[in-house]
Amino acid sequence: MSAPDIAGDAPDTTRQEKGARADAALIWLYRLLLLLGVLAIWEAAADRLIDPFWTSSPSAIAATLAKWLTSGLLVQHLFVTFKETLLGFFIGAVLGIAGGTLIGQSEIVRRTVDPFVTALYGVPKIALAPLFIMWFGIGMMPKVVLAGVSVFFLVFFNTLSGVREVDGKLVEALRIMGASRWDIQRKVMFPASLPWIFLGLKLGLPYGFVGAVAAEMMASNQGIGFLTQSSAGQFDTAGVFSALLALMAVTSGLNEALGHLERWIFRWR
Amino acid sequence: MHALKHVHDSRPQSDEGPVAIGLERVCKIFDAQGIKANVLDDVNLEVRQGEFLAIVGPSGSGKSTLLNMIAGIDPPTAGVIRYDGRPVSGVSPQTGYLTQHDSLLAWRTVADNIAVPLEIRHMPRAARDTQIQAIVQMVGLTGFEGHYPRQLSGGMRKRVMLARTLVYNPETILMDEPFGPLDAQLKTVLQGELLRLWSNSNKTIVFVTHDIVEAITLADRVVVLSSRPGRIKLVEEIALKRPRDVHAVRFMPAFEDHYKHLWDAIEVDVHREAQR
Repeated sequence: MSAPDIAGDAPDTTRQEKGARADAALIWLYRLLLLLGVLAIWEAAADRLIDPFWTSSPSAIAATLAKWLTSGLLVQHLFVTFKETLLGFFIGAVLGIAGGTLIGQSEIVRRTVDPFVTALYGVPKIALAPLFIMWFGIGMMPKVVLAGVSVFFLVFFNTLSGVREVDGKLVEALRIMGASRWDIQRKVMFPASLPWIFLGLKLGLPYGFVGAVAAEMMASNQGIGFLTQSSAGQFDTAGVFSALLALMAVTSGLNEALGHLERWIFRWR
Repeated sequence: MHALKHVHDSRPQSDEGPVAIGLERVCKIFDAQGIKANVLDDVNLEVRQGEFLAIVGPSGSGKSTLLNMIAGIDPPTAGVIRYDGRPVSGVSPQTGYLTQHDSLLAWRTVADNIAVPLEIRHMPRAARDTQIQAIVQMVGLTGFEGHYPRQLSGGMRKRVMLARTLVYNPETILMDEPFGPLDAQLKTVLQGELLRLWSNSNKTIVFVTHDIVEAITLADRVVVLSSRPGRIKLVEEIALKRPRDVHAVRFMPAFEDHYKHLWDAIEVDVHREAQR
């Protein structure tokens, strides 16, 4: 009896889907054209309008990237930055989620610590780098800590709002079923605040990179930040751009992965 | 069977077994920023074990508040509420409560939503699955176990909530207009199901509704609350014999009498409400 329904719906949905797919393909084409256009202007401008000493050129950057890739230099430095960021991200995220959840339990506690946490949050994280370098030396540690601190605050504040936004009716419904505090925490509070937590993680990831790279620029002998800094020190503009480009590619990839994870986790929406 | 030790009991209303829920001089005043609302005033009521009690009344007569207090999530301002003879001081694990608002967990499927009270009771997974399957079939949700609440109609979500309440087998069930938003046909079907479940189970049910027909069809007794402040205006003993056929019961002569009594009691308040 539902056969006519399906038959009636089918052409419509496929037409819509086809339309959407065609749009998406077109947009990708436009993006490619935009990119090629910008690169072409850049390439043409170098040598003619602007001294490549300042802006380098796409061909020079491509050459540098190819050289770095074949020598393994790029992968080696990227890997260091990657490790620092992910470690810091992980530590900051765990502490942020735990802290936000814990402090969100009580309105009194939240209001007590609120001005202090907000004041700490207001400090530019980069300004803490010298302190961490002083404490932990020039190894990976200060970079991990700086990335962690950057991630922590974003995850903490988002978790806190998530916990406070949970629908009281859901908590009540579980309480009536005889749920313990722990049950409510696990079955309502955490899943209900997960969208907020995820928002914090997504915002936090690039800040983690910024923290790690900034600390590398100040004092380090490895990592993408070091590579950028040392290229600049040698007036190698193509090197600076290459390092930045590599960083951009990595963060875009990570964001994309996080987006996929998000769509999978929130498939109920 | 457990009524035996109470045969000497001679409370006026409890001619069929012991009292499950007792309300003594219960008052409820809500105080919102200095504006006091007297919601319930001097409510005295006894619900027998195994009884099906319906509460009707105009909107704002404190029906939901009454259920909240029995469930133990909202204390009375004055008076005592007893459950099995003991004063209610918090949520009782023997009481199931089907609230009016949607409280399904949006991130869980139908089956996983129904599993929540069983998970809380640490039931092993295999036992849980069998029980969920049986209850899903009973409320007519077979085939929708894997759906998320967002994919269901309002009526189906109500049924999931009903299943979630029935699945852990509480001895008392409080229901706040559970079939309110459903169409008439589905409503009758579910009423029949509820009666069948109840008559096989000796559960106590307190059922709030604004539908007089529904109240008479289902209940042993119907309590009429007045408009604010809610007071008990009438307690009507329903004389229709059981088992009742939910389709046929409304054509019985006794039904009409009950309907008239209840409507007369409620009418004044409804008119007053309409004129506001």
